[in-house]
Amino acid sequence: MLDVRGLKKTYQTDARAVEAVGDITFSIADGELVCVVGPSGCGKTTLLRCIGGLLEPTAGEVRLRDRPVTEPPEGMAMVFQDYGRSLFPWMTVHGNVELPLRQKGIERARRGELVGEALHAVDMAYAGDAHPWELSGGMQQRVAIARAIAYEPEVLLMDEPFAAVDAQTRADLEDLIRDIWRRYDITVLFVTHDIDEAVYLGERVLVLSSSPTVVQEDVGVDLPDERDQLTTRSDQGFAELRKHVYAQIQRAKRTRGSEEQAPSHQPA
Amino acid sequence: MRRGALTLVRVLALPALLVGLWALATADSHSYYISTPKQVVSAFADTWIGPRLVDDVLPSLGRLAVGYLVAALLGIALGVVIGRHARVRATLEPVLEFFRATPPPVLVPLLILLSGVGNTMKVLVIVSGCVWPVLLNTVEGVRGIDQELIDTCRSYRIDGVARLRHLTLRAASPQIVTGLRQALSIGIILMVISEMFASSSGLGFTIVQFQRTFAIPEMWSGIVLLGLLGFGLAMAFRAWEHHVLSWYFGVRGERAGA
Repeated sequence: MLDVRGLKKTYQTDARAVEAVGDITFSIADGELVCVVGPSGCGKTTLLRCIGGLLEPTAGEVRLRDRPVTEPPEGMAMVFQDYGRSLFPWMTVHGNVELPLRQKGIERARRGELVGEALHAVDMAYAGDAHPWELSGGMQQRVAIARAIAYEPEVLLMDEPFAAVDAQTRADLEDLIRDIWRRYDITVLFVTHDIDEAVYLGERVLVLSSSPTVVQEDVGVDLPDERDQLTTRSDQGFAELRKHVYAQIQRAKRTRGSEEQAPSHQPA
Repeated sequence: MRRGALTLVRVLALPALLVGLWALATADSHSYYISTPKQVVSAFADTWIGPRLVDDVLPSLGRLAVGYLVAALLGIALGVVIGRHARVRATLEPVLEFFRATPPPVLVPLLILLSGVGNTMKVLVIVSGCVWPVLLNTVEGVRGIDQELIDTCRSYRIDGVARLRHLTLRAASPQIVTGLRQALSIGIILMVISEMFASSSGLGFTIVQFQRTFAIPEMWSGIVLLGLLGFGLAMAFRAWEHHVLSWYFGVRGERAGA
């Protein structure tokens, strides 16, 4: 349902062109939960912003249900890394979740239902009248997730959504994502730098190389559907997958080391 | 209840002290130009409570209100456009800074030539001074909107009027309010100044008139009235600001109204 073909993004600065994403091709089937993991600075966020229609790729294309993505499509919702900056502080929690629905032209009664269900799904039903800044970081990210699922997207894009919350909250939110993915039957693309998180969450893990970025490996995760922070993480299969992905990332980093020296003497 | 009484005492203590000092200092003064508090109070009641309220005070306030509102709407509208477009901003900014740096009172003779000595001139003087702080602060506010909020709006396809209403104006509101506050004090000054030139009514005109006819306590009472008006408007503005920006004080960890 989501196809990325030959995606390339270069940023033109005054002096030179910086290649953020080299040449990325992959497909995601309906209802999959795919994690993208890669060394820092490999252009994960750029990739996600291109897929979400927020950035125009330099070459290649993104297709959602065979329609090219040139601007943010209606069937996608995005959860950003910095929850503190993606919720509107002048609106209540309820208002934040409801605003995209109003824009979508959904009638009032239905909006109320959708907001209520979404807040309930992330265990924030009690906080509808609060303002985002009255909540902890983890709660704010729950609200951002509620806003995304209330929007009823076909694809949910998540850009390192748990990078800024503490470990305990993070574990809870990971389980929440698995839960929502199964309950709402949506397709999820989850970008993270955390290998454990990628393996724990994903049905598939795409390992990116370092810049110029390509998909280095497409790893299938054959862990049971029911996952649990304690048993899954101590599972033999989990350890092996984790080790495998970790080795791939290390290899990706080494490749960059050798390439970094080469262009430094080239004229700008 | 007791706390309310204490606050009232604290607020009123200094003004009471100052008036007391004034009364002491002028008790056995025979200067013609310095009035005693008692003279000013009785002049105040005789001068301003009566036909002058309708003939001079209300027209002044009316012109202030019209000029201030026009300046606010103009400043915010232009500021949103300029703030959103980097190129427009780069082209206009030096010119805007020049206009802002020009003291508005010097425009009075020019505006008299262009629009006569009536209400239009006086309102235009107020607009020409009030528009700049609103405009420049709005530009700053709109320019400073967080990229992640902009991306959030884009990815949820919030655009047009909804974007203006829910993102642009709200996110820039702290700066817009700062501009409006600066414009309010400029507006009061210009209201008075515009009436000192070629005028036949209004607060500024009346005060100058009292001074020229040696009605000294009446002149003082006019100055007191202007001070009270400025104070009242500033208080009203503050109440409105705490209402509009309660989220902003909340984000910054300050209790609204504290």
